[in-house]
Amino acid sequence: MDDQYLLSMKNISKEYFGNRVLKGVNLNVKPGEIHALVGENGAGKSTLMNILFGMPVIYSTGGFEGEIQINGESISIDSPHTAMNCGIGMVHQEFMLIPEFNVTENIKLGREIGEPTALSKIFGNLLEKMNWTQMSKEARKALDSIGMMNIDEYAKVAGMPIGYKQFIEIAREIDKTGIKLLVFDEPTAVLTEGEADRLLEIMRLIAEKGIAIIFITHRLTEVMAVADSMTILRDGEFVVRKDVKDITLAKIAELMIGRQIDKLVDDSLLASRNLSDDKIALEFKDYHVDMPGERVKGMNIKIREGEIFGFGGLAGQGKIGIANGIIGLFETQGDVFAFGKRLDLSKLGEALRNDIAFVSEDRRGVGLLLGESVERNITFTAMQIKDQFLRRIGPMKILDKAKADQHTREMIKLFDIRCTGPSQTAGSLSGGNQQKVCLARAITMDPKILIVSEPTRGIDIGAKKLVLEYLTKINREQGTTIVMISSELVELRSLCDRIAIVSEGKVFSVMKPDDSDAAFGLAMAGVREEEAV
Amino acid sequence: MKTIKDIYENIGLPRLIIGVFFIFLVVVSIVLGFSPAALFSDVVRRWLMYGTLVLAMVPGIQSGIGLNFGVSLGISAGLLGSVFAMEISFLRNWNEVLGAGAPWLTLLLALLFGIIMAAILGTLYGLLLNRVKGSEMTVSTYVGFSVIAFMNIVWLSLAFKNGELSWPLQGQGLRNTASLSGSFGGLLSNPDVVQSTQPAWLQWLAFKIGDFTLPLGLILVFALLCFSVWLFFRSKLGIAMSGAGENQLFTTSSGIDVDRKRIQGTAISTVLGAIGIILYAQTYGFLQLYNAPLMMGFASVASILIGGASVRRAKISHVLIGTLLFQGILVTALPVVNEVIEIGTLPEVLRIIISNGIILYALSKTKGGNQ
Repeated sequence: MDDQYLLSMKNISKEYFGNRVLKGVNLNVKPGEIHALVGENGAGKSTLMNILFGMPVIYSTGGFEGEIQINGESISIDSPHTAMNCGIGMVHQEFMLIPEFNVTENIKLGREIGEPTALSKIFGNLLEKMNWTQMSKEARKALDSIGMMNIDEYAKVAGMPIGYKQFIEIAREIDKTGIKLLVFDEPTAVLTEGEADRLLEIMRLIAEKGIAIIFITHRLTEVMAVADSMTILRDGEFVVRKDVKDITLAKIAELMIGRQIDKLVDDSLLASRNLSDDKIALEFKDYHVDMPGERVKGMNIKIREGEIFGFGGLAGQGKIGIANGIIGLFETQGDVFAFGKRLDLSKLGEALRNDIAFVSEDRRGVGLLLGESVERNITFTAMQIKDQFLRRIGPMKILDKAKADQHTREMIKLFDIRCTGPSQTAGSLSGGNQQKVCLARAITMDPKILIVSEPTRGIDIGAKKLVLEYLTKINREQGTTIVMISSELVELRSLCDRIAIVSEGKVFSVMKPDDSDAAFGLAMAGVREEEAV
Repeated sequence: MKTIKDIYENIGLPRLIIGVFFIFLVVVSIVLGFSPAALFSDVVRRWLMYGTLVLAMVPGIQSGIGLNFGVSLGISAGLLGSVFAMEISFLRNWNEVLGAGAPWLTLLLALLFGIIMAAILGTLYGLLLNRVKGSEMTVSTYVGFSVIAFMNIVWLSLAFKNGELSWPLQGQGLRNTASLSGSFGGLLSNPDVVQSTQPAWLQWLAFKIGDFTLPLGLILVFALLCFSVWLFFRSKLGIAMSGAGENQLFTTSSGIDVDRKRIQGTAISTVLGAIGIILYAQTYGFLQLYNAPLMMGFASVASILIGGASVRRAKISHVLIGTLLFQGILVTALPVVNEVIEIGTLPEVLRIIISNGIILYALSKTKGGNQ
């Protein structure tokens, strides 16, 4: 019975410092099948893969319980090297490519083919001459086998589009002899839609060759599109293994978070708002931001008080720059008015002092002090700008630990931040919980305008729902004006009163959430409706 | 079992190895017949002597400039302050006029001069470090070396009247080593000095319990400095500074000028360096000019690393533990080596090997301890 599976991990349990992250999980993959591994952040997917690859982090924390079988034979994988020898490969989320090397060199890195020379006969094979013809031939073959005919095997990797890099990574894994199982960890997260579709096709191609694939992703539609079967994990527990044809999207989502989700945000908080064009919270006039890759080039828009206003658009068009300019991370030009008052953005903290708070899209880079406690993260900005959580002792303002602690505990409760307490370091939290900390920091500022940039990027459905619900709640209950910048159109449309589509650094059009899909699609692509006719 | 593991994780391998080595040396030296009380007096004295210089690393690390090898800048400021204070004390003939108060006034004046100069120099140094973001440690190493070379010229050209300071029979230039015995040397830590110069109500500053010397005055001063730094990093400014050291973008987006915080951190580090060298000199009893402070930055860096600090985060506990281990080993290793090998200058050579060996070991284990 077991023989039908290429890989089977049985009853795997793992404990990190007394915290049980995996509780008797089973994972079975047949040869040539695409098997999706789904679960919320923190469900145990990464730990399971670390075990499969024999990562040192597993052994330095006391190993794991359970059994791993490959082709029905029980094996022990105690290092990434063993995993490789067993034919298990991984396509990394961050690319492990050397930019200055060409495609062939990258694909063949560490497995170069050599020709003996006089020197190598004396001093060993490290001094062999490279057989470039053979190497590039094999690299070509690997590229062709995943359908990437248009990548030149002699081209340098530096400067290639992200999608290409991803495909070269895959080609490298395919090129390894005896590869039986490939793990794709969130491969589509960094790709554009077109590239992602291409990747899914390639996954099918690989699977047809009899190589099994474990596909880890948050995008359930991709699972439905490409996977044959799936294993769902929830809070470190095995929920179910099912064939994709026997399950629906809604059912997956339900099994993942263990409760029915119907809508992202419920409508019980009915609008008792009075939006008026006379009351403007935030106004941009010929606003420029010099943010590399996300330049804003002359934006004009008025955002009304009490509104939830969305900025959408494709990556690189400038929507991300809007918030980063206001908060002072990049140089700006033009005028920004908050409640009619002109902001002098050359002064650091100007926006914060005018009741504008910001949640960054770059959680780990901008949003958090990773090495500091949750408490320090949540209270930092309010302390610096508003002198909260401080006690005066003579001329000095000293941290009021009790107040900060109490506030942090309230926030942890309010946002259901899963942590061991206010003193846990922010860097050790999962993505969703980190995002909640970022939001808690902004809320602590008690802002009149809250700007959130990509609030749900890379977080699980449960956290997503909580974040979006909370944004609606403070908007409805406290009248906070929300400016939401997001790549997820669905999200914007489920929440916003108006959505501005940003194209080439300018507002292309301002749309209503119930405009047609086609209208949105055209606006995103920067095409006027009349032109499309 | 779990608790033992927890303790081990908390201590970290480098500190465990060095700690065990230290205990081993203590045991060996006691077996060899050294008086434990005298040995521990020495350990405590050296611990306090170097403590403030190590403490000077904390603001540097926390504000993001990394390990401040350039602490010799502060050291130079402190030395300058000391020689000026001593010269003024000599010119005004304070010893005659003020009696027991003279060394105190000289010490305070030295601190005042040193702090002012260090604050100015530290600010300029901070401006420099802001221009070389990313390679602060390399630059600070060379700043540290250069300032010593520059100060060599200064020492040579100062024309002081105080015979304790200037070369005898020459109008210009200061001595290599100037004795502080007529000035503030040992004022806070040496029982003999305290007994002979200070009134009865100040005898608690330093006294003996059997063979063991307790420099209570110095302990209090060092404790006060540690407490001030600890308190500072719980203040609004200190927290902003830590933020700037941890994540520049985060701190900027919270409306804080990161470059300014780095300059302030560097200045505070330099000021602590100045205070540190003055306390060092008062404990040692001599002012060491010229090349003596050249490697003090390295010793300070090694101490705080052994204590468990990283190049990005440091705590007061790292200062205390690190200095104790580093100086403790130096103090105990020497007599042991002397006893075991009795050939000419070999012990001195070994001392250099041991001290630099510890520095190398510390630098190679920069992580250590609780992350």
